Amino acid sequence: MHILAFLIRRAVQAVIVMLVISVIGFSIQDNLGDPLRELVGQSVSEEERDALREEMGLNDPFLVQYVRFLGNAVQGDLGTSYFFKRPAVDVIMDKFPATFELVIGAVFIFLSLSIPAGIYCAINRDSWLTRIIMTGSIVGISIPVFLTAIAAVWLFGVELGWLPAFGRGDTVELPWGWETGFLTLDGLSHLILPSITLSSIMLPLFIRLIRAEMLEAMSTDYVRFARAKGLSQRRVRYVHAFRNTLLPVVTVGGLMIGTLIAYTILTETVFQWPGMGFLFLEAVNRVDTPLIIAYIIVVGLIFVIVNTIVDFVYTLINPMVKLPGAKG
Amino acid sequence: MRLLRNLAAAGAVMLATAGVGAAQTLKFAYDADPVSLDPHEQLSGGTLQLSHMVFDPLVRWNQDLGFDARIAKSWERVNETTMRFNLREGVQFHSGNEMTAEDVVWTIERLKSSPDFKGIFNGWVSAEAIDAHTVEVKTDGPSPLMLHTATYVFPMDKKFYEEGGAEIAKHGDSFASQNVSGTGPFTIAEREQGVRVVFERNETYWDEDSPGDVQTAILTPIKEAPTRVAALLAGDVDFIAPVPPTDLDRVRENENTKLVTMTGTRVITLQMNQERHEALANTKVRRAMAYAINNEGIVEKIMKGFGTVAAQQSPEGYVGHNPNLEPRYDLEKAKQLMAEAGYPDGFEATMMCPNNRYVNDFKICEASAAMLAKIGIEIDLTTMPKAQYWPKFDERAADIMMIGWHSDTEDSANFNEFLTMTPNPETGRGQYNSGNYSNERVDELTLASLTETDQDKRAEMLQEVERILYEEAAFIPFHWQDLAYGARKGVMIEDVVNVMNFPYLGDLVIKQ
Repeated sequence: MHILAFLIRRAVQAVIVMLVISVIGFSIQDNLGDPLRELVGQSVSEEERDALREEMGLNDPFLVQYVRFLGNAVQGDLGTSYFFKRPAVDVIMDKFPATFELVIGAVFIFLSLSIPAGIYCAINRDSWLTRIIMTGSIVGISIPVFLTAIAAVWLFGVELGWLPAFGRGDTVELPWGWETGFLTLDGLSHLILPSITLSSIMLPLFIRLIRAEMLEAMSTDYVRFARAKGLSQRRVRYVHAFRNTLLPVVTVGGLMIGTLIAYTILTETVFQWPGMGFLFLEAVNRVDTPLIIAYIIVVGLIFVIVNTIVDFVYTLINPMVKLPGAKG
Repeated sequence: MRLLRNLAAAGAVMLATAGVGAAQTLKFAYDADPVSLDPHEQLSGGTLQLSHMVFDPLVRWNQDLGFDARIAKSWERVNETTMRFNLREGVQFHSGNEMTAEDVVWTIERLKSSPDFKGIFNGWVSAEAIDAHTVEVKTDGPSPLMLHTATYVFPMDKKFYEEGGAEIAKHGDSFASQNVSGTGPFTIAEREQGVRVVFERNETYWDEDSPGDVQTAILTPIKEAPTRVAALLAGDVDFIAPVPPTDLDRVRENENTKLVTMTGTRVITLQMNQERHEALANTKVRRAMAYAINNEGIVEKIMKGFGTVAAQQSPEGYVGHNPNLEPRYDLEKAKQLMAEAGYPDGFEATMMCPNNRYVNDFKICEASAAMLAKIGIEIDLTTMPKAQYWPKFDERAADIMMIGWHSDTEDSANFNEFLTMTPNPETGRGQYNSGNYSNERVDELTLASLTETDQDKRAEMLQEVERILYEEAAFIPFHWQDLAYGARKGVMIEDVVNVMNFPYLGDLVIKQ
């Protein structure tokens, strides 16, 4: 029952978060530009444009528009994209698998590199390899992601010709309508450059984080006791010390999901990756307001869900942590 | 074992020779994909590019700005206001329906109801089917632009659209925006908006003389210019457009690719608002500004040669192009004019420019501001994305504003109608004249040119307009933006591109 109470609280929070986002989204939409300009050719008269604006309800006062939006939103309708001419939520959901797989690819890369590297740097504090990794991570943290992306395209796509420079390649449709690029060789080869680019934001940060936490854990009393007790080096390092570094890693990781989503916008744009981030940037360029608002609401929802999962994972790693709101 | 090897070798040779002259696949990348499959929904370059693949016009432009017969095999003037088009026989739509005069008439009527296209077809009073393969079009007066307008008539399959739904939807969904039946060289096999469009050769295409050998054409929109260029250089696509100025050399010098450039017809200008700013109403001041701006330098340094320096609106090849007008950079003369006008110390003015609409738009404005500072005009420059820029432009929110214009009719009068005629909300003339420039003679000559069918007289009128605009410095011209295409060697793109920027991919030949 405790978990249920926790979930209900989270659901209420999610609704509030999304309401706030929708108000903000709605109040800035006039500053995004005039959607009509993107819908009509250059020689269409102002009169015609105004008639269209009226027809689309864009001349109504803010509150009327917002209440109409909320009324539809309650029924699951977040508006229709001007460009795609389909419900905005459907358009976003079509692009979601691409972004999700990109994020999975990036997470896989940075976890499988940062954990061994972080541990290595903590254990062998003065080796030359540690110095290289630590210096490299400082450089890595300060290179902007679009530069990484374009450099990767030029080196591996054009000069060496090893990997495709853009797009998602061949995809396979899974029974529940999910288009995956994981199951074809072509799809996987298309995934490599964008995921490396996206992971390059997290990688240096995580190496440094894991190293610092690991160093701290290694100097705690229980690790010394474990050593004194005569446990093997391996067990002390990877079970006793490492397990305790995971907690901050999960916390930071959960928070960084937001950053990761923000950077999918850049990565997807450079690689022409047909995901949500690319979709969003295009929507901004085209002043596709319904799609913009739907996107930020969906992303807000993803945040809430991810944070909820992070809280759950906490309890698995550290039994001392209790779910907030679940008393007793 | 040896026999086997020989067989394999023979097989390989056969496969290799089979490739020559046979069906080809073209992978190409533009900066955007078409908004809709409905050719009448939005008047834009993307729509016209699509129209030329899936449909065929009555007549089409050729590389010399002349007209080629397409669905109309011939045409004749019956009298001053009537033109008769004789249609090709035995042309089939993708649906299998036979194309007749009824379809053409229906298409013209649909064009007249489209918000985007009705402006072009204003003068077409009626279209009538005389028999199954003859259409007669009547105009409200003598029309010199009959054929110019006919390039916009891409016959649509009346029966197909009437059964499915013929509504033109500017927003929201419609049958015509998702389904298509034309007479063009390609059908659409697959389409995921914003990701890719797959075109397949139309097996029953009427034009058997077309040299085109592309069986499958795959369009991938690649928004980012460096990625688009990288895709071409990496061999992932065979043809790209546009190539950004910074990458021209890279595409030209790569051993596997080639660059095709041509002078475009979109002119880039600054308009000076005479109502907002007293000094700008002074002809001497405007002339001084025109003398102060080194547009040759801008083309060379900022555009990297990717533009043709302009002194007027009409590019070469247009009837109104006045060969006597030349760029006029002269700083001393500019200073002298400022002094004569009574502004020896200059003045302050605001300027607004888009930063993602034209090639290097904001850099051109920055350079102009620096050049104007030399004659004492202090510019407060604001740049913004086009989405925010157009509402500002409609408000006339700055003293000096940038506008680029491509004439939809490929005719000089169109520039005047929208950019330099006296603004009039009722007639819609001067809709993009943010300078409020007004000259009776310009208005008079432009209107007269719209009903003058004598080409020589017409040219004289429109060239006079250009001269007046030049002398009064109605606007500051920069250049006509060039067009640049990049292609793999062997893809004979140079034969099918044109200044209108709609490559006729149906006629494209790919050599191995």
